Amino acid sequence: MIEVKNLKKKFASKQVLNGINAVFDRGKINLIIGQSGSGKTVLLKTIIGLYEVDEGDIYYDNRVFNGTKSKFKKQIRKEIGMVFQGGALFDSETVEQNVMFPLEMFTEMTYEEKRERANFCLKRVELVNANNLFPSEISGGMQKRVAIARAIALNPKYLFCDEPNSGLDPLTSIVIDNLIKEIAQEYNMTTIINTHDMNSVMEIGDKIIYIYEGNKWWEGNNEEIFDTDNKELNAFIFASEKMKKLKKQDNL
Amino acid sequence: MKLFLHIGRYCLLMLKVFAKPEKASIYYRQIIKEIDKIGLNSIGIVLIISVFMGAVITLQTAYNFESAFVPRYLIGLGARDSMLLEFSSTMVSLILAGKVGSNIASEIGTMRVTEQIDALEIMGINSAGHLILPKIIAALFFFPILCAMSMITGIAGGYLSVLLTNAVTPGDYEYGIHIYFVPFYIIYAMVKILIFAFIIASVSAYFGYNVKGGAINVGKASTQAVVYSSVLILLFNVILTELLLAK
Repeated sequence: MIEVKNLKKKFASKQVLNGINAVFDRGKINLIIGQSGSGKTVLLKTIIGLYEVDEGDIYYDNRVFNGTKSKFKKQIRKEIGMVFQGGALFDSETVEQNVMFPLEMFTEMTYEEKRERANFCLKRVELVNANNLFPSEISGGMQKRVAIARAIALNPKYLFCDEPNSGLDPLTSIVIDNLIKEIAQEYNMTTIINTHDMNSVMEIGDKIIYIYEGNKWWEGNNEEIFDTDNKELNAFIFASEKMKKLKKQDNL
Repeated sequence: MKLFLHIGRYCLLMLKVFAKPEKASIYYRQIIKEIDKIGLNSIGIVLIISVFMGAVITLQTAYNFESAFVPRYLIGLGARDSMLLEFSSTMVSLILAGKVGSNIASEIGTMRVTEQIDALEIMGINSAGHLILPKIIAALFFFPILCAMSMITGIAGGYLSVLLTNAVTPGDYEYGIHIYFVPFYIIYAMVKILIFAFIIASVSAYFGYNVKGGAINVGKASTQAVVYSSVLILLFNVILTELLLAK
């Protein structure tokens, strides 16, 4: 479980996060949704410690994360897996080397054991026969799979995904969404996904937090989202064609 | 004021760079890779430029020393000392600032904008140490070798030009490159290239590491890396010359 209390973040004179309180449950898919510029990426990057917190606290299973010594922070970070928007794969390394990288850094496994684990993770994300290819030689969907495989290589307790569907076609997006959901449940991870894809909200969102102008505007699940009378959230939802249709069906 | 900001940030980055490595064995592998990228890949350009510069220095000296009172062997001596004192350390460093410096800045800058550095940080890895330290060590290790290669090929280039043009007799040139040899000049050149190697690798890495934005800013960082490294090389050239050669 990850908990944030009164989280505030400012860039120059712009207040981006205005005291956000939220609890992200273990074993569930927690989605942070919101328009571009609403502060959801800043919230995610602040939770994982890429941005320093101005005010407030972050707890990883009741362990304070912000303001702690870097040694302790590093320890928690080893329990984190992250899937970046663009994959963030090391482009000088092959697919297999990318997945083996965290194992090389933090385990005392033999080379064969590391390879075995990397291949297991790659199989888990249904990516075979791509071990020796470089990131530039594979598609966007495959890069996301490699990023997921790398993120789970160390059996993390926490999984963060920053817009995992960005740049993918709708079909691949669904496959990636389902893959993340399966893996999160299988490993019982606390998963936080940052997205503005309403299809993801519908398909995998166990818990949804809507961020509007740096504030937590709404919280609920993917069934409650249909019944909300929150004006800003409804405007956001109706921008999605699929949701529009479903809302219509629901009214009928 | 911006200069002080850069100096402060640079010092903080260097503290991170020289922090204890997470896993030394990974660093060794990275150093080998960097020696290949930074050092071995620069041999060609250093050799080509050194041969031609050695030849040109020899010919220019020969054609400008027409007086009967100036011994011809001084042409060889001039070419040798020019290579040892200035070209093989300072000029080669300026060339490497362009080739290696821009490469380091753009590589690290691209890693920054594509979130690869963030990925390292999230894994709990000291990204500055992991990415920059192997480059600095590789530069410190290999640039003196490049300097020595440049000295040899530059003097050989002068000899080649003498053989091809008869601007001075080969015997006079050979005598000139042997006479009045000061071994300390080699030490002086090596000290300079070591300092310049550190400047090139660390300053370029600093600009790459602090890139914000996208491709345009990576390009800007690459240019800044070359400009600042070159200016610092010239500045430290004066300081080191005064410190090491003043009597």
